[in-house]
Amino acid sequence: MLLGKVLAEAAMKEDKFITWLPSYGAEVRGGTAHCMVVVSDSEIGSAYVSKADALIIMNAPSLNRFKARLKKNGLLIANSSLTGDFSEKNARVSACPFSDMACALGNIKVANMIALGCFAALTGIVQPQSLREVIREIAPADKRELVTVNLAALEQGIKLM
Amino acid sequence: MNKVFSHPKSLRNIATHYCAGCGHGIAHRLIAETVDELGIREKVIAVAPVGCAVIAYEYWDFDCSEAAHGRALAVATAIKRVRPDNIVFTYQGDGDLAAIGTNETIHAANRGENLTVIFINNAIYGMTGGQMAPTTLLKQKTATTPNGREASFHGYPLKISEMLALLAGVKYVERVSFFSPQQVIKAKQAIKQAFLNQINNTGFSLVEILSPCPTYWGKSSKESLDWIRDVMTKEFPLGRIK
Amino acid sequence: MKMKTKILISGNEAMAEGAIQAGCRFYAGYPITPQNELTAYMAKNMPACGGEFIQAESELAAINMVYGASAAGARAMTSSSSPGISLKQEGISYIAGALLPAVIVNIMRGGPGLGNIWPAQSDYFQATRGGGHGDYRTIVLAPSSVQEAYDFMPLAFDLADKYLMPAMILADGMLGQMMEPLVVVRRPSAPSEVEGSSVVRGRNTEDEIRTTKKWALTGCKGRPANVVKSFFMKEGALEIANLKAQKKYRAVENKEQRWEGLFLDDAKIILVAYGSMSRIAKSVVVQLRQEGKKAGLIRPVTLWPFPRKIFEQLSRKKKRPAFFVTEMSYGQMVEDVKLALECRCKVDFFGRSGGGVPTEGEIIKKVRLL
Repeated sequence: MLLGKVLAEAAMKEDKFITWLPSYGAEVRGGTAHCMVVVSDSEIGSAYVSKADALIIMNAPSLNRFKARLKKNGLLIANSSLTGDFSEKNARVSACPFSDMACALGNIKVANMIALGCFAALTGIVQPQSLREVIREIAPADKRELVTVNLAALEQGIKLM
Repeated sequence: MNKVFSHPKSLRNIATHYCAGCGHGIAHRLIAETVDELGIREKVIAVAPVGCAVIAYEYWDFDCSEAAHGRALAVATAIKRVRPDNIVFTYQGDGDLAAIGTNETIHAANRGENLTVIFINNAIYGMTGGQMAPTTLLKQKTATTPNGREASFHGYPLKISEMLALLAGVKYVERVSFFSPQQVIKAKQAIKQAFLNQINNTGFSLVEILSPCPTYWGKSSKESLDWIRDVMTKEFPLGRIK
Repeated sequence: MKMKTKILISGNEAMAEGAIQAGCRFYAGYPITPQNELTAYMAKNMPACGGEFIQAESELAAINMVYGASAAGARAMTSSSSPGISLKQEGISYIAGALLPAVIVNIMRGGPGLGNIWPAQSDYFQATRGGGHGDYRTIVLAPSSVQEAYDFMPLAFDLADKYLMPAMILADGMLGQMMEPLVVVRRPSAPSEVEGSSVVRGRNTEDEIRTTKKWALTGCKGRPANVVKSFFMKEGALEIANLKAQKKYRAVENKEQRWEGLFLDDAKIILVAYGSMSRIAKSVVVQLRQEGKKAGLIRPVTLWPFPRKIFEQLSRKKKRPAFFVTEMSYGQMVEDVKLALECRCKVDFFGRSGGGVPTEGEIIKKVRLL
């Protein structure tokens, strides 16, 4: 969810049209909480994405639930720390152990920013600089120390590709 | 010469639509006298119920709002929150306050809204034709308890005032009655206290009045007053509850 | 909220902020998904601007609190989602009967019954036909973006104040939950878009309320006592009051029809959709145009009054266009389209409900079959 929000905020900085639609209701941590982000140069019709150009998958239940929603030969970025090894014929798979890498950085919660860096580098949809600015802006005043580790995670993701 | 008695300014000088021997007229007048004596007529906003007193606003000469059946305390809550300097009271019957509006009653009381509630308990639905009220006594015959109220079938008379007194947000609860002139004077003192509490920002205050309904009790005016004294007060004891 | 020109915000929060900017100073609500962000935003931000927020004990209490606050002269609103809006119908009817202004937001979800929490448009009939008991109407506005969710709040309050009747914002779970960029305009003192509106935005002072809302319950100092009521016991009195209300409703129908049109001049097939669905329909129309098909779009902005005028006008053309209505319901607004066209044009329909959202692909397939 946060990953999608940072992406949406960054795209907004670049004056693109964006929508961010969360899953709501009975979602649990470690489950299949998700969001759908549309980034476009023109006005957006549906915020609901039935077939996605790209999926960023952070755990195994989400992989099972959403893999069928990827367009043919779409981009599938996966957190192999939690999905394990898998193969997907009709997708361009880019699997990396985001959670393990985040632990090495000292905070498992920044796995999402590594994945986001990875996504930005692969697609070029948003500029890394926009993402850096958003990360700096959205950190709450009492948690400024989180900016550094999140930025480090983002950079690591960008360099992966 | 000093004028020692006159018609209250807060009560319009017209005949009411109430049946002979009904308690609503007395209650209306006591409220009007109290409002005059406290000098708050220009600040008062009343919320009238659904029931026999639905057109109380035709008798009182100050600002009034009607409320849907049971919702008087939701309406009054909002009026008081929006206009904390005004004096806001609800006037509700037993069906309105203790059946359809129980939820609104309990939660306004529990929020400790700084309101005054005048609760008319005549143990029956008057306007709709004498059906059982939550406060109808055991064995009392009504249109919907033709053989008398039975505990096993209809439950017990609901003591809502005692229930409300348990809530921390409630500051004053007193039960009074109209069965004699002395009782009417006591009732007026309680009403005045409930208004004074609001003026002094004390919090939620409720006065329950055991009031006669000769028409649907099937009794004369005199018999009705005696029935309150001899029967009703046994189930609903008079006095300060909180 | 930080002062910036553009912010990323959900539809629910945009409505709450729009209401506060419009001078709403009383909110009462009861939790229900998918509109909870609106209530939470009000809880957080209403006290700071001197307003009142109450989490009510039920939807019934919430709408009756709105009745009371409005009677006392405040700009007041509540919000809920479909099952909660059903409960509020009692209060909405009383508000209409007592000639009070109020704003109600319905973030629609699937029904009937408890249904589910996914977006739907199946409360159209309830919203546009009055919903509660008695002969009354509610002004209904249908935003299609987060920007409109914000912009329509002052419009709704102004219309409610001008005509002394309830106004409803009818949106769905997708619009409530979705985040989009919003251009925030600080406009507490901006003149009303509504012609003849004597509204004073922002914190209404005692004097402003007493002069602009002479009927409000403020205490009877210096004037005869006011009564707010919807009960008319005297023979014939209710009929007189109702006829007066009907006259007002006709005036609203004449003056307040709002819609957005796209490619209507030469369109042979016109798609009709509102709210979230109108965005999907617009994508379809753009795609059909790229294929060389003469498609157009009508997006009703007011659902009541329904924008009949544009339909009447188009149906009297020499070459009459055909219409294709799409909704997140099994066919509710389509009835108003048919009533407006009076059988002069062909009308087709495609809808899904219960959580299903018609996709661009599905709509294009259906339109091509025509």
